[in-house]
Amino acid sequence: MLVEQIRNGDEAAFAMLADELQPAMLRVAAMYVSSRSVAEDVVQDAWIGVLRGLERFEGRSSLRTWIFRILTNTAKTRGIREGRSVPFSSLAGDDLDAPSVDPDRFDTAVDDPRGHWSTLPDDWRGVPEERLLGNETFAVIGRTIDELPPMQAEVIRLRDALGWTSEEVRNALDLSETNQRVLLHRARTKVRAALERYLADEAT
Amino acid sequence: MGREMTCKELVELVTAYLEGALRGRRRRRFEAHLAACDGCTGYLAQIRQTIRLTGRLTEERVTDAQRTALLAAFRDWRG
Repeated sequence: MLVEQIRNGDEAAFAMLADELQPAMLRVAAMYVSSRSVAEDVVQDAWIGVLRGLERFEGRSSLRTWIFRILTNTAKTRGIREGRSVPFSSLAGDDLDAPSVDPDRFDTAVDDPRGHWSTLPDDWRGVPEERLLGNETFAVIGRTIDELPPMQAEVIRLRDALGWTSEEVRNALDLSETNQRVLLHRARTKVRAALERYLADEAT
Repeated sequence: MGREMTCKELVELVTAYLEGALRGRRRRRFEAHLAACDGCTGYLAQIRQTIRLTGRLTEERVTDAQRTALLAAFRDWRG
């Protein structure tokens, strides 16, 4: 097991874990502190805390969740010491209640209690694979995520890009079940909309 | 049976649905609407594709300086 290998001093195992988690750790730390260099400091401190606490890690949560809890606590403490208070709303974004789809897409004039789509969403299975899976598609997704409020960006990265479970993300980022879901919803909604715009261009 | 779910309502519940957080009557209303609505079926398919495509993103790599500092801390800890 990875924890065992690291406990036994296996540097390659530790380096593998660090490479996997470090980019996300830096982004999460940066949410709470004043600069990138302080964030790097916080991550380094958090790793030292992880190594010191490794003997006590009991495996009740996943290792990465446990590491992120240490990181989040370290970053929050550091932020407070810097006199920074970061309201949740500035991390989560102020658009959590915005409609997922432009209301104009629904034709309310149609006499159907459900209200119909005025234009149907495209079927992306019709997009040639070299375009759908082309570099530009991933650049569009990456740029859209980079522009999201930081907590929305981190939730979609951990859940959808890195494949963490909702429970892991909730614990790692200290979010309620509802908040995690709402943040994920907003993030996915915006990435979908960006893909729709991109894939509709020159689709014909 | 209450009134039917609208498209506008359904698109707000897609993540709850995919997360398994819609239960009982709400889930049945969601699925009943989906079965009768091409637009929402297409929308849900786009969301699923979005999740799949996001899953193929690659994570940036850490800088060598950070890696070196961290491995130094590890060796220090190992003693």
